Amino acid sequence: MNEQIKIATRQSYGEALVELGKENKDIVVLDADLSSATKTELFAKQFPERFFDMGIAEQDMLSTAAGFATCGKIPYVSSFAVFAAGRAYDQIRNSICYPNLNVKICATHSGITVGEDGATHQMLEDIAMMRTLPNMTVISTCDATQTKWAVKEIAKRKGPVYLRLSRYATPVLYEENQTFEIGKALQIGEGTKASIIATGDVVCEAIKAKEKLEEQGILVRVIDMHTIKPIDQEMIIKCAKETEKIITIEDHNIMGGLGSSVCEVLAENYPCKVVRMGIKDTFGKSGKAEELMKYFNITAEDIIKQMA
Amino acid sequence: MKITEQKELEKIARKIRKHIIEQVYEAQSGHPGGSLSCADILTVLYFNQMNIHEKEPKDPTRDRFVLSKGHCSPALYATLAERGFISKEELKTFRKINSNLQGHPDMNKVAGVDMTTGSLGQGLSVANGMALSSKLNHDGYRVYCLLGDGEIEEGQIWEAAMTANKYHLDNLCVILDYNGLQIDGKIEEVKGLNHLEEKWKSFGFHTMIVDGHNIEQLINAFETAKITKGKPTIILAKTIKGKGISFMENKAEWHGKAPKEEEYQFAIKELKEK
Repeated sequence: MNEQIKIATRQSYGEALVELGKENKDIVVLDADLSSATKTELFAKQFPERFFDMGIAEQDMLSTAAGFATCGKIPYVSSFAVFAAGRAYDQIRNSICYPNLNVKICATHSGITVGEDGATHQMLEDIAMMRTLPNMTVISTCDATQTKWAVKEIAKRKGPVYLRLSRYATPVLYEENQTFEIGKALQIGEGTKASIIATGDVVCEAIKAKEKLEEQGILVRVIDMHTIKPIDQEMIIKCAKETEKIITIEDHNIMGGLGSSVCEVLAENYPCKVVRMGIKDTFGKSGKAEELMKYFNITAEDIIKQMA
Repeated sequence: MKITEQKELEKIARKIRKHIIEQVYEAQSGHPGGSLSCADILTVLYFNQMNIHEKEPKDPTRDRFVLSKGHCSPALYATLAERGFISKEELKTFRKINSNLQGHPDMNKVAGVDMTTGSLGQGLSVANGMALSSKLNHDGYRVYCLLGDGEIEEGQIWEAAMTANKYHLDNLCVILDYNGLQIDGKIEEVKGLNHLEEKWKSFGFHTMIVDGHNIEQLINAFETAKITKGKPTIILAKTIKGKGISFMENKAEWHGKAPKEEEYQFAIKELKEK
């Protein structure tokens, strides 16, 4: 893993959006007074006539996006995850998911890696809320390459999508030519001691743990579960059959998120023990992202401890 | 189809009222009060004002209508049936299992429904999105949005009002069904809601107050809205909740209650006599 180049997925989102805007004239972008933080400002500079700053009014923003979608536009809507998914939940449920409208919600600043802003701004329940909505696709990307793919790919997918992004800069894990598919997880390594199933900004922690464990002769595999819904059932069942241990890790509450999704699949198909790592039914707090990851036990070191 | 004869439009409004009562009676559930109060507004929109085609309900250049107060679906379904988008026969299935006519309108199930609504306060934002889309594409279509007066207690309405003003949405015409009542009583008492014209004016809207049951006044207001440039319009349509059925008029209790058989017979008789 190359730790020299670190890019936040919000940054890749902003850049990919500009490329997408050039290719597709139906793309419109809405933001709620956070365009410099969500990086939609890059799109705004290139395509001012297709950018709408809705002010601090997330509910209005999501419903306006629904209106655009009924007229054939493909709105990309951005805010911090806590405001996009939380503040505007009813709008997403009733005005976007129920009518199955083509709105792409690209929510940055998810998880505790938001850092210093603290609990009010650290969204830890969005995967849980978004994946239980019928018609919704939920994607949580881990690096710049994957994010650029996702931003473009979701434009081709009819219907609502929730794309979960981070403020925290993470290493670029994938080469430019890497292929991805919605609903298909990526397996990194063939180890059978454990499967570490990870999503979003902690995938790099899982890979770090895998590399360190290898030095100790413990061979594990990492599953990059970039699509939370539809979840890759086949991969989860395969890993449960082939490896001695299943560990999930996420920058999200362990209730309702990736860990729960994996447990649901295994309980119905291949019952086995699952270790869920993540935020344990508590709110976040202020601090540096790295400090918080240590405090909430979602680092490579914490994964290694699970293998002791 | 454009009907200009006032008597003819009044006749259609009466038929719509009859369909409203029949649907709610048949379903033994639904919202007659607010549906009856907006029947004349819908009549004027669908039979005199809007550029729509029942044979091409998805024509991209058609005018749009958002029933933000989605619980008044019986009024919308009745209007769409009279206008030929759906069959009158189908009205009997309202709110029943496997019906396309859901309790609140579903755009994917009913031809002529431009937006799925039901959770109050969201329709004006949706209408803004449609109006912005029209401007972006230079399609030239107009967008109409019907709000309940109780509904504007939702904060999102005022977020949307700011958006309509910011983008000078003169292709947007909002109609407020100003019947003064909500489930728990008078809007002035439940939430202290008053000075409505001043509120909308201060949010940058061109405002007009009309008698929401007077066809001529409604037509004139819509025509004025069309030639008003640079700002959105809101028509504050003073209405009577339950209008047309004497025992329902101005009674909050008829917000969401179905008539019993005797009441139903009485209501139908009253509508015939007019």
